[in-house]
Amino acid sequence: MSVTTHCLAGRRGGSQHPLPWAFFRAETRQILRRGDGREMPPSGLSRAALGSTLLRALIRFLAISTLIGPFACPAGAQVTFERLLHSAKEPQNWLTYSGDYAGRRFSPLDQINSGNARSLVAKWVYQTAGTGKLETTPLVVDGILYATGQDDRAFALDGRTGRPIWLYQRQLPADIRPCCGRVNRGFAILGDKVVFGTLDAHLIALDAKTGSVIWDVAAADYRLGYSFTAAPLALKNLIVLGVSGGEYGVRGFIDAYDATTGERKWRFYTVPGPGEPGHDTWEGDSWKVGGAPAWNTGTYDPSTNQLFWPTGNPAPSNRGERRAGDNLYSNSLLALNADTGQLNWYFQYTKHDEHDWDATQVPIMIDTGSKHLIAQANRNGFFYVIDRTNGKLLSAHAYGKITWSDSKDAEGRPVANQAAKPTLEGHTVCPGAMGATNWMAPSYDPQTGLFYVTAREQCDIFSTAPQPYEAGHAYYGSAYFPSEEAEPYWGALRAIDPATGQMKWEFRHPSPSWSGALSTAGGVVFTGDAEGNFIALDAQSGKALWHFEMGGEVYASPMAFAVDGKQCVAIAAGSAIYSFGLP
Amino acid sequence: MVATTVAVAADDHNPLAPDPKAAKAGEYEFRINCALCHGLGAHGGGRGPDLTRAQKKHATSDAVMFQIINNGIPGTAMPANGTNGQGVGMTDEEIWELITYIRSVEVKAPTKPLGDAKHGKELFYGDANCSLCHMINGKGGRLGPELTSVGGTRTVEAIIDSVRNPSRRLAWGLTEPTKEFAQEYETVMVVTVDGKEIKGVALNEDHFSVQMMDTNERIYLLEKDRLRSFQKSRESMMPKYDAAVLDDKDLGDIVAYLINVGAK
Repeated sequence: MSVTTHCLAGRRGGSQHPLPWAFFRAETRQILRRGDGREMPPSGLSRAALGSTLLRALIRFLAISTLIGPFACPAGAQVTFERLLHSAKEPQNWLTYSGDYAGRRFSPLDQINSGNARSLVAKWVYQTAGTGKLETTPLVVDGILYATGQDDRAFALDGRTGRPIWLYQRQLPADIRPCCGRVNRGFAILGDKVVFGTLDAHLIALDAKTGSVIWDVAAADYRLGYSFTAAPLALKNLIVLGVSGGEYGVRGFIDAYDATTGERKWRFYTVPGPGEPGHDTWEGDSWKVGGAPAWNTGTYDPSTNQLFWPTGNPAPSNRGERRAGDNLYSNSLLALNADTGQLNWYFQYTKHDEHDWDATQVPIMIDTGSKHLIAQANRNGFFYVIDRTNGKLLSAHAYGKITWSDSKDAEGRPVANQAAKPTLEGHTVCPGAMGATNWMAPSYDPQTGLFYVTAREQCDIFSTAPQPYEAGHAYYGSAYFPSEEAEPYWGALRAIDPATGQMKWEFRHPSPSWSGALSTAGGVVFTGDAEGNFIALDAQSGKALWHFEMGGEVYASPMAFAVDGKQCVAIAAGSAIYSFGLP
Repeated sequence: MVATTVAVAADDHNPLAPDPKAAKAGEYEFRINCALCHGLGAHGGGRGPDLTRAQKKHATSDAVMFQIINNGIPGTAMPANGTNGQGVGMTDEEIWELITYIRSVEVKAPTKPLGDAKHGKELFYGDANCSLCHMINGKGGRLGPELTSVGGTRTVEAIIDSVRNPSRRLAWGLTEPTKEFAQEYETVMVVTVDGKEIKGVALNEDHFSVQMMDTNERIYLLEKDRLRSFQKSRESMMPKYDAAVLDDKDLGDIVAYLINVGAK
C-alpha cells in the first residue's frame, strides 16, 4: 500500500478541518476497511486485522501525514471526475455551471418547498468591490462558494456567512475587447483547482484553497477580439471552454485543456478551414472572420462520451451578403468526442443567420423512456427538441412572438422570411435585438417534466451597417432601434412541456428579464427580474410564492446548495451575491 | 497610428480631423453605437439631441466630446462607451472617427427661425396650462416630465410631436441600459380594497408593487395583490394639443421658450 497515492483526508480531514484525534483514527480505520466510496477500493480487511499493531501504526502514520504533509493529499475540495459524474449524490454541492452534466439546473434539495417558501429570508449578501453586472453562477463544494465577478475578479466565500476566504483579480490589459460587459459566468472545479477563462483570452487555474495561480495559458490573441466569458466544463482530466468574440470577427473555437498542466489537448474550430467539411459553406475568405463563437457552457453525456456544445452567430451578424452559404457551424449544436474534439454530428438551428440568432443557450439533455433528447429554447424564439443519438430535429415550436420566420424546411427547421432580411433602412423584426431568450440559463425539472425559460417579448428594427473588417475592431455590421410599430417590451418566465412544445404557464415580468431559472425537488422554481426581485414560483402552476427586492438588476442564474444540512439558494444581483434560506 | 492612451486636455484637437475616410468609419460607429437615441444621420430622436446642431450644450470642444462619449453624461440617459448594451466598447481611435463624423454633419445655422420665447413662456405658465403638470427650473407641476433641459436634448420635431400626440412617445420602448430610472409616464388606474379609485401616472412598477402619483400630486405606494383592480395604459394623461387648442404659432413660441431654457 503506497501512502502517497491514497487520499484518506480527501473528504473531511486535512488542514481544512482537522478533526479530533480519536474520531479521525476511527474514520481512517473505516476507510481502510470499506474504501472511501470514490477511487479507493475496500481493502477487505476485517476489523480484527485492522486492530493489529502494525496496522494501528500505519493508521497513525497516515493520519499524521494527512495533517502535516508532504504525504498529505491536496485535501478540502478534492473534486474528482467521479464526483462530477454523480453530482446528484451530493445535492448539498453545486459542482458545475448548470449543476449537472445534463445541463438541467435542477437541485435535488427539497427542504425549501412550495409550502414553506413564503418564509424564506436573506442569509447573507456579499458585495463585490467592482461595479457593473454579475453574470456568475457560483459553485459550492463542501460549504465553500466559488464565484467570478466583474473585470475577472474571483473569490471563495464561506457558504454559511458569505465571509471571503480569498480574493483574486486578474491584471487585465487596458486594451481588451469585451463585447458585452466585463463579465464572467463562473468557474469549473476539478481536483483542487478552480478554473476560469478571462477577458484577455487566458485560461487560469487557481488553487481552490488560496486563489493562487497554478497555471495560466493564453488561448488566443485578445487584441483580435478573442475573450472568454463562459464558465468552463470539467470532465475526466479536461477543462473544456468555448471562446467569445463574434462581434469582432474572430474564428470561433472550443478548446480542451489538461487540468493538471494547462496544456491544450484539442481544439475544434467552429468555422472549418480549407479542405475541411463545411468549408464550402462560406463565400471566399469570409470564413477567416466568420465568428461562430461558442460563448456559453455546453453539456456532456458520459454514456457516449460526447460533448453537446452550442455555437453563436456568424459575423458580421446582420449582414450576410459577403458570406453566402449556410455558414457552418454557426448557430449550431455540435456533438463532439470529449477525448479528441472530433465532430460526430451537428445540427444547425439557423442557416445563414442575419439576425444575430446565437444558438448558445444551454442545450439540456432529457431522457424520457427510450428517447435520448436535447431540448433548447433558442434565441430565435423556437423551442427545439433534437434526438441526441443522431442530431435529427424532432420538433420546433415558437415560444414567443416571432415574425422572422413563418415557414419550415423539409427537416422541420424554421427558415427566415425574405421580408425579414435586414436592410440599411431596417425593419421591425420579432424577437428583438436581444432575442427571445439569451444566455440566461434555462432549467429542466424531471419531477414536473417542464422546461423553464426566461422569454423576452421585444421587437426591434434590424438594420445593417456596412462596415469593413479591420483586425480588433467591432465587426458586426448591424444597428438596432426600438420600433414604434411594436408593443413596449415585456418578459416572462415560461414553463414549456417538451413533449408538445406548448406553454403550460407563464409568470409575467413588467420588462424583459436577464435572469435564468433554477428548479428544485421541493417543487419551487426560482428566477429573478430586471426590477431586482428574486422570486420563488410554484413549479406546477407558476404562482408566486415569495419574492425579495435585492436592489440591483439580475443578470445571472440561481443555484442551490446546503451547508450544515440547511438548504440555501444563491443568485447574483447588481454587484453582489445573495444567499437565501429558511429562518 | 493613434496613441492608444489619450490624455486629452481641454484644448486638444481631434488627430483625425477632417479626414473623410475617418468620417466614413465614424458613420459606421455612429449607426452601431449612437443612432439608437440620436437617430440616423445624427438628427436626433425621441430621446437623444440633434447632433447636427453646431451649438452643443455639453460638447464644447472635441476633447470634451471625447470625454462625453467615453464616460457618458451623469444624470442623463447618455451612457459611457460600451455600456449601452448595444455595440461594443469603442477604441480611442474609433471615438475620434466618430467625432470626425459628427463634425462632418454639423449644420452651422439653425434651419428655421425660432418663435417668440417670451410669449412662449407666458403661454407655458398661463393659457396653455403646461405648468399645471410640467416644471421648469423649479416652477410648475409634478405629474408630467420635468422640462428644463428638454429643449437641449430633443429635436424640435420630437417636442412638437410630444405636444400634438402625447401618447405616441409613451409607446417608445426604452431599452434597458438607458433607463437607470425608467419612468415612462404610463397612466395607472387602481381600485383599492375599500373601493377607492385612484388615477395617476406610474412613478415605478415591478411585478408586485406600484408607486404612483395622482392628479393632486399625491404619492401612493401600493402592493398589487392588495388592490381590487389594477389597470395600466399607455394612453397619456396629457390632453392632445391639436391646432384648435394650440395653433402652430403659439406652439412654436413655446418650443422657442423650451429651447432657450434648455440651452442654458
